[in-house]
Amino acid sequence: MKLLKLAAAAIVSAAAATTAFAAGHVKPAVIYDMGGKFDKSFNEGVYNGVKKFVDESGIEVMEFEVTSETQREQAMRRFAERGATIILGVGFAQADAIAKVAAEFPDTKFSIIDVTWLDAPNIRQYGFKEHEGSYMVGVAAALASKTGKVGFVGGMDIPLIRHFACGYVQGVKATNPNAEVYQNMTGSTPSAWNDPAKGAELAQSQIDRGADVVYHAAGGTGVGVIRAAADAGKLAIGVDSNQNGMAPGSVLTSMLKRVDVAAYETFTDAAADGGFETGVRVLGAAEGGVDWAQDENNAELVSAEIKAAVEAAKAGIISGEIKVAEYYATESCPVQ
Amino acid sequence: MNAQNLPRWADIGLLPVLNILAALVVSGLIIALIGEDPFRAMGVMIKGAFVYKGALGYTLYYTTNFIFTGLAVAVAFHCAMFNIGGEGQAYMGGLGAGCAVLLADAILPGFLMIPFAVVFASLFGAVWALIPGWLQAVRGSHIVITTIMFNFIASTLIVALLAGPMMRDGQGAPETRPFAESAQMPYMHDLMAWFGIEAARTPLNISLFLALAAAVLVWFIIWRTRFGYAVRAMGFSPGAAEYAGMNSTRIIVLAMALSGALAGLMASNAVLGEPHKLVLNFTGGYGFTGIAVALMGRNHPIGIVLAALLFGALTQGGTELDFEFQTITRETVLVVQGLIILFSGALYYLFAPWVARVLNLTAKKEAAT
Repeated sequence: MKLLKLAAAAIVSAAAATTAFAAGHVKPAVIYDMGGKFDKSFNEGVYNGVKKFVDESGIEVMEFEVTSETQREQAMRRFAERGATIILGVGFAQADAIAKVAAEFPDTKFSIIDVTWLDAPNIRQYGFKEHEGSYMVGVAAALASKTGKVGFVGGMDIPLIRHFACGYVQGVKATNPNAEVYQNMTGSTPSAWNDPAKGAELAQSQIDRGADVVYHAAGGTGVGVIRAAADAGKLAIGVDSNQNGMAPGSVLTSMLKRVDVAAYETFTDAAADGGFETGVRVLGAAEGGVDWAQDENNAELVSAEIKAAVEAAKAGIISGEIKVAEYYATESCPVQ
Repeated sequence: MNAQNLPRWADIGLLPVLNILAALVVSGLIIALIGEDPFRAMGVMIKGAFVYKGALGYTLYYTTNFIFTGLAVAVAFHCAMFNIGGEGQAYMGGLGAGCAVLLADAILPGFLMIPFAVVFASLFGAVWALIPGWLQAVRGSHIVITTIMFNFIASTLIVALLAGPMMRDGQGAPETRPFAESAQMPYMHDLMAWFGIEAARTPLNISLFLALAAAVLVWFIIWRTRFGYAVRAMGFSPGAAEYAGMNSTRIIVLAMALSGALAGLMASNAVLGEPHKLVLNFTGGYGFTGIAVALMGRNHPIGIVLAALLFGALTQGGTELDFEFQTITRETVLVVQGLIILFSGALYYLFAPWVARVLNLTAKKEAAT
């Protein structure tokens, strides 16, 4: 499931939560998907959230990494049989399995990341407003660009990635209406998530046409995008996790998708006294679910002007002043 | 001293046991190195494969996959064809089953739909093996190379189809829509419930019976028919077989087609049986493990069923090992499984010289007294 590599978040937030845990009643379990918990991406982001929960609460979390299709449902049922009170599934590949097992164990609580369409009373589902985070980095790209031309390299050509691209274009155009955005998708098969050579090629061709900032939403392919931008002395924008450190000085910022927040929140809510709320939760800028990355690696690249503009955009999105159009709503993007 | 000098019981009985023991000793050392108790781990693995609730069901589910792919390798092997394309043939079998179901599951009732999908699965698998067979027989293209390449073609083809025309509407995962109930192999636990026996919910379905029937059929074809005789003759000595008037092209192509059909049948278990949709990588390496199964089972259906059971138990027991110990990861489990395949596959005759020497010594002693 290379698709999972798409989405990730890696840094554990420094904010120390001091929640009172009702230890002893909660038996959490997490099921990582094929990538494994140290995939430097999606699963690892979840792992970081889980680890933060374990460190703070001292509650042990049962873990399993699936290796085959069959094991998803098996692992879920096995944890439920063993008396797990809250089971966290990682990624939409586990959606069917969790729906099936949740129906068999109505008293057990479940939670799943990147799934929002299930209809079950005991599942909490997390979605992310990737378009809002993409809008924010689009603002940064437009301001950092000297040529007025920026690029976007997507992984597999699916609605989710067009959703990323659409938010980005809106951010760029809102900042510089005359800016040009080059968009390329790496491919139409899952191998597009893991083709750094093609990623570098696409980024290079955009740079040749004048782009000097390139944003990628392409999983492993993005490594090539970042490398190509760094080699050409241009800027790249990372995605999902904080990729600023992959080429310090050449990565303008990264669009953060905080799956660790979802994992942490799931377990702390389940451990706290009171009922565990189920239903769909979509995390956007307001909920801290998407953000832009600032650290020592990009401190010199982010000017005061960029910082102020992106923070203003973030505040605008949170307050509702800025409405970022969703690709999903119309299956098309209002700006190109 | 070679293996041919061993008595049959030692060759098919003693050697596999010694191989498994050797693999277990090495695995035990590795587990001890990680800091866990190897005997406890062994206990978990055995209980995980046969004793825990639902364990046997999962073990037999995996066993079913291994029976199909093991038989596939064995049939080709009797014709001296080394078919390592079981993975791709099974994958194509899944495509066949998937196509049949997506086309017809709204119209056909279950008792027609399932056989229709199963036939399609074996047909697609057969065609995928028949082409390399034909290339070998007519053009002399080496079967090992072509079947490997056909694995790649199958996997790329299915990725392209699942990410394109066959993808479920309205979402991004490369998989088909779920099959209608009429196209789902009946579960064993449902069947048992029908007879009033309560069994744990597992993916085990009636494909197991299909696999056992296939084993009987393979035995019958290979040892009881003219065609089987020709296949074996071709396997022993192609020159002699041709001299005796056998049509080598026809025999090779048909043997490969039969082999591919058996591999394709795996889809009846791994597509129609459990996920009830066509997903990427449902073959999960079973096609390759089938080579080890056939080797260990000495290319005989009974041996293959037993070897498949062992590998099924390993797969399921390994999962439980992963569940039980936080220190034992899925990579460690893979090492344990790999060691057993290494010892019983690649190093099959490792202990043969020693066994032969020991047996010879005792035989001489008996003769002297």
